Amino acid sequence: MRAELELWVRAVIGRAYPRIVGATREKSWLFFDTVLPLLGTAAYVFVYRAIGAPEAYIGFVVVGGAMTAFWMNVLWSMSSQLYWEKESGNLGLYIAAPAPMMAILLGMAVGGLFYTSLRATAVILVGSLLFGVHYALGDFGLLLLTFFLTMAALYGMGMLFASLYLLWGREAWHISNLLQEPVYLLSGFYFPVRHLGFWVAVAASFIPLTLGLDAMRQLLFPVEPTLGFLSVPVEVGALAGLSVLFIVAARYALEYLERLAKREGRLTERRG
Amino acid sequence: MEEPLAIRTEKLTRIYKIREGKGRRKKKRELVALDRVNLEVQRGELFGLLGPNGAGKTTLIKILTTLLSPTSGRAWVDGLDVERDMREIRRRINMVSGGETSGYGLLTVQENLWMFAQFYGLDRWTARRRMDELLEMVGLVDRRHTKISDLSTGLRQKMNIVRGFLTDPRIIFLDEPTLGLDVGAARQVRSFIANWLKGRPDRTVLLTTHYMVEADELCDRVAIIDHGQVLACDAPARLKRSLGQEAIYHIRVSLLPSEATHGFRLIEGVRQFTPRFHDGHVHLDFILREDDVLTAVVDRISRSGARILSLEKREPTLEDVFIDMVGRGLTEEHPEE
Repeated sequence: MRAELELWVRAVIGRAYPRIVGATREKSWLFFDTVLPLLGTAAYVFVYRAIGAPEAYIGFVVVGGAMTAFWMNVLWSMSSQLYWEKESGNLGLYIAAPAPMMAILLGMAVGGLFYTSLRATAVILVGSLLFGVHYALGDFGLLLLTFFLTMAALYGMGMLFASLYLLWGREAWHISNLLQEPVYLLSGFYFPVRHLGFWVAVAASFIPLTLGLDAMRQLLFPVEPTLGFLSVPVEVGALAGLSVLFIVAARYALEYLERLAKREGRLTERRG
Repeated sequence: MEEPLAIRTEKLTRIYKIREGKGRRKKKRELVALDRVNLEVQRGELFGLLGPNGAGKTTLIKILTTLLSPTSGRAWVDGLDVERDMREIRRRINMVSGGETSGYGLLTVQENLWMFAQFYGLDRWTARRRMDELLEMVGLVDRRHTKISDLSTGLRQKMNIVRGFLTDPRIIFLDEPTLGLDVGAARQVRSFIANWLKGRPDRTVLLTTHYMVEADELCDRVAIIDHGQVLACDAPARLKRSLGQEAIYHIRVSLLPSEATHGFRLIEGVRQFTPRFHDGHVHLDFILREDDVLTAVVDRISRSGARILSLEKREPTLEDVFIDMVGRGLTEEHPEE
């Protein structure tokens, strides 16, 4: 049992390592991943200022802008990761290794999360200084829990997508393109999600960022309580449910994928 | 208790369903990659699978490394069933393929090796000790801190070899490990494999190759495989001795009309014949029932208008054995591909 757990942990650390090292080895991201996302965020800041929206909206936009980094990472990197591993010849070696694929996939998620957290933190810091955002944080523990659950659910969804994308092959690119903008809208990256209307917001809540962002904004900017969609405890509970749902679904999808790979013999083969 | 065989297969069959054509004309057809293969590999053996591209070698390796299910039949690795005991088999084996591009370009050789070691649960000290030993053996010590994106093909394949042996597997599968390497690098890899096995009598290597020299030089026993079937299985020397009665000639000619080549097979006593165009000349390999048949062969070459540039009688090679069994050379294209 202990040996199994040790193998799990080693596999997670081993696979997370390339991403973590990547952040320190190629420092160009500091410019591209901080300045460029801020441009989009700045546009919304100027719009809200021009129409005289409450000052909390500026904070909403900066936090939303930082969180888009996680969505982009899950959509463009995590989801297509197994497909790229296949193309680079790693997937067969991963499957043939004794470490569970779930641990290796989790390692990819942890590495991506670490790398993206640096980017998001940079956006928050620079954005907050630049636009003079005032936070009124009351419960840091709850904020941390909300963030953790949001990430667990989001990267769980990414892990599920990773298996599905591998099954769909090259066509997966189109799915990423298709999902990117609607999720920007539905998750309320740049506005409070309750403005979408109750039922649309409920449907959008299956995207973990929707509830995560909404809860974090309520915790960071409590001066405008009417802007929240649901209460924070309800949103945190829903996020916990989504985390379990996506992680369990990812595990079964991986098992199915491995069975299919063995049966058809094509999923570990590169396309010429 | 008697130790189980390292590898055993029993009527192992793999059939691929292939879709061909486009749109409404798309058709499914079946390709038999392995056809009732029975093999027994002893513990401690360096066993070779020799066959042309598409013969079924890689399919067999994929089944034995638990990456592919057989359509029918069974296989055991280290006494464990490949279908039922996957997890346990994976702890005991490793694999390296020729032309492998695994790993991450921004990591160094050492970091990549460490990462793969983690997937086998190796602690830092064991991984480091083995890495030092293996990098030294393949002559890659001075490149341990080089990013793998900066390595040449040969050096990268050496790193792959180290990756495979790093976990000290009980059975290692090497699928065309010297594919695409220059002569020097291929020799170093072969030498490494032979040295690794010295002093490890309980370890087994299964090597697939279509380089006869490799199989001849390295393997204790060789199975000749074609169209998914094992045609022969024995020690290289014994396989070559099976051609002892035949005369093997290599003739280099200036030019030969293509219609002339067809006639050679009709000469009584010509058991096999393969032509090859290389370096601006035509190379003809003959397996003759006896030396006397050569007269008729030379006569036909002269009548075709070609000029004989050289003629040599030589000892049989594994390729001759293959040609004798299959009727074509190892490097000739497989009709299924």
